[in-house]
Amino acid sequence: MEQFLQNRIIIIAGHYGSGKTNIAVNLAVALAKAGKKVCVTDLDIVNPYFRSADNAPELNALGVRTIVPEFANSNVDLPTLPKEYYSIFSTDEYSIVDVGGDADGATVLAVDCDKYEQCGYSMYYVYNCYRPMTKDPNDAYLLLKHIEAKSRLSFCGIINNSNIGAETTAKAVRASLPFAEQVSRLSGLPIVATTALKSLAVEGAFPIENKTKQLF
Amino acid sequence: MAEKLLMKGNEAIAEAAIRSGCRFFFGYPITPQTEISEYMAKNMPKVNGLCLQAESEVAAINMVLGASAAGARVLTSSSSPGVSLKSEGISYLVGSDLPCVIVNVQRGGPGLGGIQPAQSDYNQATKGLGHGDQHIIVLAPASVQEMATLTGEAFDLADIYRTPVMLLADGALGQMMEPVDFEEKPHREIPPKDWACTGHGGKRKPNIINSLYIEPNDLERTVVERYKRYALIEEKEVKYEEFLTDDAEIVVVAYGITARIVKTAVKAARAKGIKAGLFRPITLYPFPSKQLDAIADREHVKAFLSVEMNMGQMVNDIKVAINCKKHVSHFGRTGGVIPTPDEILENIEKVGGAN
Repeated sequence: MEQFLQNRIIIIAGHYGSGKTNIAVNLAVALAKAGKKVCVTDLDIVNPYFRSADNAPELNALGVRTIVPEFANSNVDLPTLPKEYYSIFSTDEYSIVDVGGDADGATVLAVDCDKYEQCGYSMYYVYNCYRPMTKDPNDAYLLLKHIEAKSRLSFCGIINNSNIGAETTAKAVRASLPFAEQVSRLSGLPIVATTALKSLAVEGAFPIENKTKQLF
Repeated sequence: MAEKLLMKGNEAIAEAAIRSGCRFFFGYPITPQTEISEYMAKNMPKVNGLCLQAESEVAAINMVLGASAAGARVLTSSSSPGVSLKSEGISYLVGSDLPCVIVNVQRGGPGLGGIQPAQSDYNQATKGLGHGDQHIIVLAPASVQEMATLTGEAFDLADIYRTPVMLLADGALGQMMEPVDFEEKPHREIPPKDWACTGHGGKRKPNIINSLYIEPNDLERTVVERYKRYALIEEKEVKYEEFLTDDAEIVVVAYGITARIVKTAVKAARAKGIKAGLFRPITLYPFPSKQLDAIADREHVKAFLSVEMNMGQMVNDIKVAINCKKHVSHFGRTGGVIPTPDEILENIEKVGGAN
């Protein structure tokens, strides 16, 4: 976890469906349990389904402050920023920013790129080699550069979150390493963590839980 | 690369369509199905296909008619309010005997409704999608895998029976992510499209695609012929799944995402000693009436419970299917609210107690 504590502001970005929200929520839980002051901002103004606002009750119970768009999970599909958003630039919390998918989702960061530069930030690229549009490391790398261009911010590392949902095995996680390493080579960015469900007990992996809203 | 991919339901439909030979997509964005358009915009050019964002749903469905008339495999997708806009064009497609696949990733209604998942277009899809004497085949996937498999099947059914086929999904299925395997679908014999308007080159009589008939007798003849095809569809193409129905006293009937939630509730009921089972129609038209009737004939079956994300649209189809020989009730949530396994269990218990 120490590798994530270089800067107070932690931005989680990447392809849609790569697992950004799950990483953001897991990281928040881990930091909170380590006694840190934590805040999670749901900055997904692109897709109204499956978002960190779903996890607000669990996070709040752990003392994590959550900032969610006013209309999250309602029938209003409005791209508005939560009004408390700007507090992340003036607090002493670890502020995790859960961004919407792809470059479209990361565009919202650009307007405040100067604030991020002033405060210092670490932006991580979440990668899943089992997603069809990024299974080719070249495509994943192009998306990474596209997100940087649109957000006017730079990534500092890659989180390899490769998984096939409920059918993920330790073998599948290990099989993803060459793909993540190729993205790392192309971008010159380090792989700061490879995630795996705790239950898979993959050696050296950053253990996570599935925090996605379950319907059944 | 690994065989399985992790996909959203919407993406799985788009990818399966491309793999089924669909090279034309016409649509208009609407939550919660927009990933289909997005995926097509990115991937159709890679296979020399066309993805076109039309100026409206009405334009899109008429572009579908044109592409289909020229013999192409063609897809359009929308969500509830957008499907209503397409309904005139769908009736024209039926009247012209044109195959195509139409996706409805349902959201709450009526009117503009909401953007959360619903199943409240069941009646529209199975009974009211366009004017005139008509049916279209309606398939109800319940997983991301089925979004893919049934998309392939939809294209085959459309071509075999020369009819529009609807994939009736919902916002939850469209947005949720599950592993998908694009395995080879069982091969089906597809008749040649010798009716298509592809240019006769002076070598044959021109083909004419049309839904207007000057003589009532001619129109009647085409409708009656079409109903013979519907009879064939009803005989041959019914699909359904049964889960723990062999000894069930309470048979829960549910389709789509709701069937997944019911499965959890049925397991919980069994754990409490209640003999519950799930009957899941996969084809909503043709409806598995005979199969339900056979279940109703079993002595140990006490009652049916229909569970949907609407106010009770399938419940009468069940009553008709079993000729009211057993009690049928409904439980549902609507307006974009998804029922929980606990709520369904409570209703299974209620039905059990009442009978």
